[in-house]
Amino acid sequence: MTQSKNGPVLNWDEDFDHADPEYNKNIHPLWEKMRQKCPMHHTLRYGGTWLPLSYEMVRAIAYDTEHFTSEGIIVSQDRPIVPRPAGAAPPITSDPPFHTQARRLLLPPFSSKKIALLEDDIRQLCNDQLDKLIINPDKPVIDVSRNYARFIPLKVIVKMVGLPPEDSELLFSFIKSIIEDVNLSPDQLMENRNTLDSYLDIQIAEHREHPRDDLISYLIGAEVDERPLDAQHIRGTIALMFIAGVDTTWSMIGSTIWHLASNPEDLNKLLQDPELMDSAIEEFLRAYAPVTMARLVTEDFNFFGHELKQDEWILVPYPAANRDPEMFDDAKSVHLDRKVNRHASFGLGIHRCIGSNLARLELKIAITEFIKRFPKFKLLDPNGVEWSHGQIRGPRKLEILIQGD
Amino acid sequence: MSNINTNIPLFIEVDSTRCQGHNRCYLICPELIDVDDFGLAQVISNDPIPKNLIEKAVLAMENCPEFAISISEVKPQNK
Repeated sequence: MTQSKNGPVLNWDEDFDHADPEYNKNIHPLWEKMRQKCPMHHTLRYGGTWLPLSYEMVRAIAYDTEHFTSEGIIVSQDRPIVPRPAGAAPPITSDPPFHTQARRLLLPPFSSKKIALLEDDIRQLCNDQLDKLIINPDKPVIDVSRNYARFIPLKVIVKMVGLPPEDSELLFSFIKSIIEDVNLSPDQLMENRNTLDSYLDIQIAEHREHPRDDLISYLIGAEVDERPLDAQHIRGTIALMFIAGVDTTWSMIGSTIWHLASNPEDLNKLLQDPELMDSAIEEFLRAYAPVTMARLVTEDFNFFGHELKQDEWILVPYPAANRDPEMFDDAKSVHLDRKVNRHASFGLGIHRCIGSNLARLELKIAITEFIKRFPKFKLLDPNGVEWSHGQIRGPRKLEILIQGD
Repeated sequence: MSNINTNIPLFIEVDSTRCQGHNRCYLICPELIDVDDFGLAQVISNDPIPKNLIEKAVLAMENCPEFAISISEVKPQNK
């Protein structure tokens, strides 16, 4: 590993840090400015990290599993400890051919027809969460991120996976430690992972004793090549499902409500024409895609004229690809009725988000029910919104003012 | 849409080597496309696309993130 760099960002073109608080806050204007200078950027941080900003490059990385391994998908100061081809959290950290089998196992429980059966439950859950909001009539302000958006995916996934619902806050703290706390020392990073592993081991042991109809029991009973999955595989896949299943959709629901609070004309369009919802959801997914993935470079090689070095990170910013003017008409504007929208929000290639059907359904219902309950609202203070840090982007504090008719 | 002649028979096809199960086509045009338990898209019938569904079929093609869907005058081979 080459030398690493730390500290505040002084020059975004030559020394960006995707985990700097200023990055997610200003992401779209920042990327636009950076893309105009050059579609590819490099920093010495994290032992060397690349940031491609064109759809073409993002797509090429997603399809090239030879030069870019998924062994590491969250850029951090250290390097992965569970080697390829499985990696720490199969199948997202796996390379082919192992990936193919690990993924095939998970596809049926997340297929669109299975997920569609959850629609009524999710609608109920959204309404229960809306009922719980405490609204002061003198100052009707709610933090939509903290008190609504984050609970929808968490409650759905906790039930599917089979984790104790009363552990919600603990699970949120695990998610933050894995996704956001990437700038800690390797020792601290290791300690965070060990705490999560110990927690998951207890859950798995409990399921071995009392099997039930959930994904933990499903994984315990699953086989690849007529052999049960090893403990690391089961643990990693469970961690993947609840981490990737929560932070992402939480961010997406929050960003969408942020957009509607900032653009009352779009809120009105949706209220007046509910049939617009399907194309609007795809457009919100394009414009506010929350997930930037990452890969590790497997060997020194030239990529679009850039000399990539073995063991460097490369970010895979699907949200930047979604705003590439070469690929999308009027890429920087939100058009709720956009007809042609090949967005890459759920990734491209073999690692397409396995939870995409669930995420889309949760997003659609969470927004539909929210605007039904609160047809008029605006940001309390546009400068008071706090955004997440790191590769998953969404509002973490989003206070909105509920307005009367 | 404008460059498509709707007076000749047109066929829709999914390249299963490219499909990654995004399900966008299934959401847009379930009349022509189904998905299996693994999320992979399949064309329901090898008959020509009914005229009233051509617009939807084109949208299904134009929204596939993997460029796995094509529409042409050539009848797909039976699998």
